[in-house]
Amino acid sequence: MARATSRNARIGWTIAAWFVALLIFFPILYTIITSLKTEQEAIAGFDLIPSFTLESFKTVQSQNNYWRPFTNSVILAVGSTLLALIVAIPAAWAMAFSPTKRTKDILMWMLSTKMMPAVAVLVPIYLIFLRTGLMDTRIGLTVLLMLINLPIVVWMLYTYFREIPGEILEAARMDGASLRDEILYVLTPMAVPGIASTLLLNIILAWNEAFWTIQLTTTNAAPLSAFIASFSSPQGLFWAKLSAASVMAIAPILVLGWFSQKQLVRGLTFGAVK
Amino acid sequence: MATRQTQGLARLMRAPAIILLLIWMIVPLCMTLYYSFLNYNLLNPGMTSWAGWFNYQYFYTDPAFFEAIWNTLVLVLGVLFITVVGGIAIALLIDKPIWGQGIVRILVISPFFVMPPVAALIWKNMIMHPSYGVLADIGRFFGTSPVDWFAQYPLFSITLIVAWQWLPFATLILLTSLQSLDTEQMEAAEMDGAPAYSRFLYLVLPHMARAITVVILIQTIFLLGIYAEILVTTNGGPGFASTNLTFLIYRAARLNFDIGGAAAGGIIAVILANLIAIFLMRAVGKNLD
Repeated sequence: MARATSRNARIGWTIAAWFVALLIFFPILYTIITSLKTEQEAIAGFDLIPSFTLESFKTVQSQNNYWRPFTNSVILAVGSTLLALIVAIPAAWAMAFSPTKRTKDILMWMLSTKMMPAVAVLVPIYLIFLRTGLMDTRIGLTVLLMLINLPIVVWMLYTYFREIPGEILEAARMDGASLRDEILYVLTPMAVPGIASTLLLNIILAWNEAFWTIQLTTTNAAPLSAFIASFSSPQGLFWAKLSAASVMAIAPILVLGWFSQKQLVRGLTFGAVK
Repeated sequence: MATRQTQGLARLMRAPAIILLLIWMIVPLCMTLYYSFLNYNLLNPGMTSWAGWFNYQYFYTDPAFFEAIWNTLVLVLGVLFITVVGGIAIALLIDKPIWGQGIVRILVISPFFVMPPVAALIWKNMIMHPSYGVLADIGRFFGTSPVDWFAQYPLFSITLIVAWQWLPFATLILLTSLQSLDTEQMEAAEMDGAPAYSRFLYLVLPHMARAITVVILIQTIFLLGIYAEILVTTNGGPGFASTNLTFLIYRAARLNFDIGGAAAGGIIAVILANLIAIFLMRAVGKNLD
């Protein structure tokens, strides 16, 4: 009898969970559906079955010069993350493997820089960009996004590196491994998964950044977040086309995000919840 | 083991990150502080003069300032309430033995990866548009009059959008915490006949307390800076009805070209954020040891 009720309960919980999940996912689902409709269908009222036309995708790509912001997004997200990793890997490495009395304070201080509201430095950053010609350039925005995410990158790497057991290093030393051997053959293979997760999460964060990208770009360096924000009044770009542009802007990161669920918790809570 | 040589190397390895962040933290903030004491308008850059506390006074006496502070609080607290309560409920639901748990997780987590302008535009046009949105379709079905969400309930509508974006984050963290709960303890309580609500109240909730704190504090940092969602939906209006502090400062700097005023607002934002940050540092700091 116990088994029968638990089976019924399981069916009930499954239905409830799927209902909630689909409700939460619905806006994304409906956008995907609308992107496959014609413009007439898109405003014709609620309908979950589109005519599966790719017309809107084609139009957005040709008319609205979609590939420029897409390329900018890729360059900004990947570029700023790689730059941050170059600076952060040595720092996190040193803090994890040769900690000093002040390491903890330094880490907390780095975390505190993340709490500075972006808008507090809007005025100086805007003026600096304006006067140095960095306005609307990819290089300026790449460096800025790198600085914004640097604390999270250092923290994430630190929590991963800290989990590499020190005994392994000692064993390697006992066997006569040099510092170079240690780093190359012992530590690096163990650090790669942590570095990969950090890379993934930060590409997602940089891709979705929408304050500085909107403030500091107009057309040349505008990534997808700024490009999409410029359609706040849907003139010219109607429902189906807006949906197609939205789907193209979020699809790559949605897929990356599904792979990085676990790292997301860890990275965004600075290792406080694992 | 830690020879002088490796210590020197470690210092060299730490230096670039520390120096970069030090510059990033100090230089712009000092500039903001300096500008906040200037009469400086980009439309009239030749007339720049020392302003003393005028910019702060101006901000402080502007009714829009208090409206913006109030809106910021409503937005942050509203989103926190929805995401924490909803997050706990959904985490408990997903944690049940259900079929297709992996897919349910993926569906629930998805909104977090939608960039803010897209999230806001989806809700503005697909869901909440007074004539073409899904809510309008549902309203028509039941014969109720259409609601112009962003004109009638601007702040509520934005709260809803932001809550949708952050619900996955809260759910995921609370679920992670829930899954580390000792099942033996739960089974023992069940065998002893503890009803579901008291098991939740005395076992589950205390276990999740830490995760809930982390969710609240981290979300607060991000929620104080809500910007793109407001820009693409209401543009802060009608009037200042959906303008938060971030948006008010953006307005001063970019639309009124009032560098001094925006800088003063920025300093006020820093002070507010720091008050909140103190609590966060304490909570996260404990985990370092």
